[in-house]
Amino acid sequence: MQPQSVTDSELTLIVIDCPHCGPRNSTEFRHAGEAGHKRDVATTDPAEWRYYLYVHDNPMGWTRETWFHGSGCRKFFSAERNTVTNEFRWIAPFGQGPAHTEESGA
Amino acid sequence: MSAAGNWRLAPQPGEVIDRSAKVNFTWNGKAMSGFAGDTIVSALMANGEQLLSRSFKYHRPRGVMTATFFDPNCSFQVGNEPNVRGAHRLVKDGDVVQAQNAWPSLKVDVRSANQAVGRFLGPGFYYKTFIKPQPLWPAYQKVLSTFAPGGKAPAVGTPHEIFDKRYAHPDVLVVGAGPAGIAAAIEAGRAGASVILVEEEYEIGGHLRFGGPAELAHLATLRAEVAALENVEVLTDSVVSGRYDDNWVGVIQRSGVWSKERMIKARVGTLVVAAGLIERPFVFEGNDLPGVMLSTAALRLTGLHAVKPGTSAVVFTANSTGDAAIERLTQSGVTIARVVDARKGESIRRALGRGHVAGVELGNGSKVQADLLITATGWTAPTSLLNMAGDRPVWDPTAARFSPADDLPSTVMATGGILGDGTTEELIAHGRAVGAEAARRATGAAPVEIPDLGRDPHPALFQSSTVGFVDFSEDVKNKDVVSAAKEGYDSSELAKRFTTSAMGPAQGKYEMINTMAVLAEATNRDFQSTGTTVWRPPYAPISLGALAGRSFEPVRVSPLQGWHEAHGVEPLIAGQWIRPEHYGDPQAEALNVRTNVGIIDVTPLGKFDIQGPDAVKLLNLVYTNQWDNLQIGSVRYGVMCAEDGVVLDDGVTARLGEDRYLMTVTSSGAATVWEWMEMWLQTVHPDWQVLITPITTGMASINIAGPNSRELLSRITDIDLDPETFPYMKVREGVVAGVDNCIVWRIGFTGELSYEIHVPASYALHVWETLIENGQDLGISAFGIEAQRILRLEKGHLIVGQDTDGLTQAHSAGLGPLIKQAKEDFAGKQELAWQEARDGDYPHLVAIETVDPALVPPEASQIVRGNNEIVGRVTSSRMSPTLRRSVALAQVPKNLSTPGSRLTIVLPNGSRAVAVVREDLAFVDPEGVRLRG
Repeated sequence: MQPQSVTDSELTLIVIDCPHCGPRNSTEFRHAGEAGHKRDVATTDPAEWRYYLYVHDNPMGWTRETWFHGSGCRKFFSAERNTVTNEFRWIAPFGQGPAHTEESGA
Repeated sequence: MSAAGNWRLAPQPGEVIDRSAKVNFTWNGKAMSGFAGDTIVSALMANGEQLLSRSFKYHRPRGVMTATFFDPNCSFQVGNEPNVRGAHRLVKDGDVVQAQNAWPSLKVDVRSANQAVGRFLGPGFYYKTFIKPQPLWPAYQKVLSTFAPGGKAPAVGTPHEIFDKRYAHPDVLVVGAGPAGIAAAIEAGRAGASVILVEEEYEIGGHLRFGGPAELAHLATLRAEVAALENVEVLTDSVVSGRYDDNWVGVIQRSGVWSKERMIKARVGTLVVAAGLIERPFVFEGNDLPGVMLSTAALRLTGLHAVKPGTSAVVFTANSTGDAAIERLTQSGVTIARVVDARKGESIRRALGRGHVAGVELGNGSKVQADLLITATGWTAPTSLLNMAGDRPVWDPTAARFSPADDLPSTVMATGGILGDGTTEELIAHGRAVGAEAARRATGAAPVEIPDLGRDPHPALFQSSTVGFVDFSEDVKNKDVVSAAKEGYDSSELAKRFTTSAMGPAQGKYEMINTMAVLAEATNRDFQSTGTTVWRPPYAPISLGALAGRSFEPVRVSPLQGWHEAHGVEPLIAGQWIRPEHYGDPQAEALNVRTNVGIIDVTPLGKFDIQGPDAVKLLNLVYTNQWDNLQIGSVRYGVMCAEDGVVLDDGVTARLGEDRYLMTVTSSGAATVWEWMEMWLQTVHPDWQVLITPITTGMASINIAGPNSRELLSRITDIDLDPETFPYMKVREGVVAGVDNCIVWRIGFTGELSYEIHVPASYALHVWETLIENGQDLGISAFGIEAQRILRLEKGHLIVGQDTDGLTQAHSAGLGPLIKQAKEDFAGKQELAWQEARDGDYPHLVAIETVDPALVPPEASQIVRGNNEIVGRVTSSRMSPTLRRSVALAQVPKNLSTPGSRLTIVLPNGSRAVAVVREDLAFVDPEGVRLRG
């Protein structure tokens, strides 16, 4: 993971139902990235490490991701969102979403 | 036609004019009068003016066609405001109204010669003609702009206006206040929902307003019902500009007390689209002549403004609205010269006359004299909001118009004419059901059954056998669309762009369907497969002022800001913070720190109170260096890296208790570091017991620096400052200037003996002034950020983001000794190990001395070698008041980083300067005697 400016906002109009605060405009949130690849401290292979750091699936469709409610509870949380329709299948406190869903491929 | 005579009718039952309030205005310099409630166009027509503008390309005479906001040829210059929609804007006393797009005058326009060469001005003419040679583009632009439509922009120096914004969260927002829309708002309101009803015109009612006695009676009832509901807010002269994700709806309010135009950003529970229908013009030769107008235009002019649109009319009708227009015109004293009924297969071929309608040639070839030609040939459903909600409307060939498909999201509903036809009672009943269901969807009550609203059959009427206009604002004819299709632009999106049909001010509201109909016929396709172009926001024009709104930029200041301002501070804007840059002479301020003592306000320093049994684990994770062995009462400098090893932030953290730390980070990095630490705690180590509290503004921070700082501080604190018991890099808590709970630590960013005091913010000014007061005999002076930059550069201390950049890994910044690879984990560990293994083959931060001591190479100057190969850059540079020579830091490659290396620096004027790499980053006191004193 890389630190990011808290003012980033790539989706400005949708409503996100924060698991702690309830529905809020997406301008209050920051997209903190795909749930993506696992961080392995013991990695000794640069290629493997950089795959974790830089390579994202960026799917068209359902994706599991992390959001940060910077202008609210300041909690990170998990969600599964459709990148085409912006529909959220579920939103849950960090790490508490359903284990696996068919289409997510995650 | 500008016939004198009385064009104003006797009082009409639904009229909106106030005959007791006369309004005086001028039209092209000529004095005229109307009544309050008149639009500019209705007032002009009441004065017998029917020639209102010249068209865009051919400069043809034009008049009123729709008598609505989007009337394509009724834009005027009013005072210094161009492009005023004259069929919507109410005329005001003193208005100076002028025709646009006419030169030298409306009646004699020399550019109407364009008509004669019209065959050379076919579709794509501008694209094809003015494309080469490119160097002539500015010349083309000059010529074309004199032919372009539009008024004159306000002159430079016109006072700025304030535009407000508003946010709203209604359960239900109804677009369009015709019978169905009002009924929907009423029923949603009665169900307890908060409702906003948006109407584009000045009053609610839609087509009921210019209907007959039965319609007016219905309207009176609806008005009374809506007025009785406090939870229904009615916005008139307002238009919904677009619908975005999750029912984010933009509403433009055009008139009001707050500002000239206001943007309302509404997050809507259920959006009810009751936008009605737009009457569609018919394409035939002469269809743009003044005197040719829609049946609704005739009904509006007569019913709302009591204006007689002509004296003798031919009415081409295919529906009940056309029939109503016949009845109204008869009542208004207009002779009906001929009714041409499309339902009986009758048609018209062309309008006759030059400059104004003088007669009509019918489909059977016979000619009828008339000065007015009314067409009622069908409807366009304004489906733009439904499009924006994802709906792809389908063509209903029986009703000859598009209708919403059944694929709307549950948060968007439609009612009224956009959906189907019915009697006024049926429309109201449908609206009521939709309104109740909209409220239910937004608030969660029981479902409501919605009646069907079918569409009446309507003949498909688009064009006659003659050549006429499909787009009146862009001057596009049906034959232009046909030739576009022949040139291969046969898809609707391409044909639109090539001909520019539907790309003018009305944005397709009158032109789109006819354009598509002509295209469908030219390409032998049916309507559905020809398709229509997608309507995109905004639905109606929005002023840039309303889009921008008011700008609110919050600033952050320290509690000492008032003192700084009273002492001649030059402010520095650093992100949201306003900081003291200097108080007049930064060089003197810096020198005074070296010789006496100075104080600086460093309140914006990011400060975090970190507590919990696992606090030290967090420090070990985010900092590259070791924190296990930091004793209570000690402070340590630390560097943070991202996981790619790039330097992220730096600062000093103190251990104040067993599990209690105070971390300071750079002012600009505070927000990022806070989120960065929360990310680690919440997503990687949720089991760690650590709490982070930001106290940046809770504690003000004052740095006392200089050889006299110990003496100064000792006069106002009970903390033991003996260097044996309170040495460098230690922290104490105690009373300063009588203020409890101050935290004092010894650090040395400036390279001098210095104490940094963190004091509860509300006492900061007291502590600051006490320091100034007690330091008079010690030579105290305040210093600003610029002096601090000079001092730290003399000492060779780097600034993250200035001497490092987005690619600078920690070893490049000379921070190797602070990287503890022995730790199990820390952010950046892996990459920094790999960087270290590169044996110095990466950029290095070095201190450099120019051979010419007076030369200060500007920051970001390039360092080159050989044939101007860029190999590095100067990152910081200043004239040192202490050494009286230039001092600088630079990033250079490995082979130029060894002490004594000679560097070539390119100066902004292109000349070269030579500098030498120093042994040590510090220019002043490399041994650190002063700061440890």
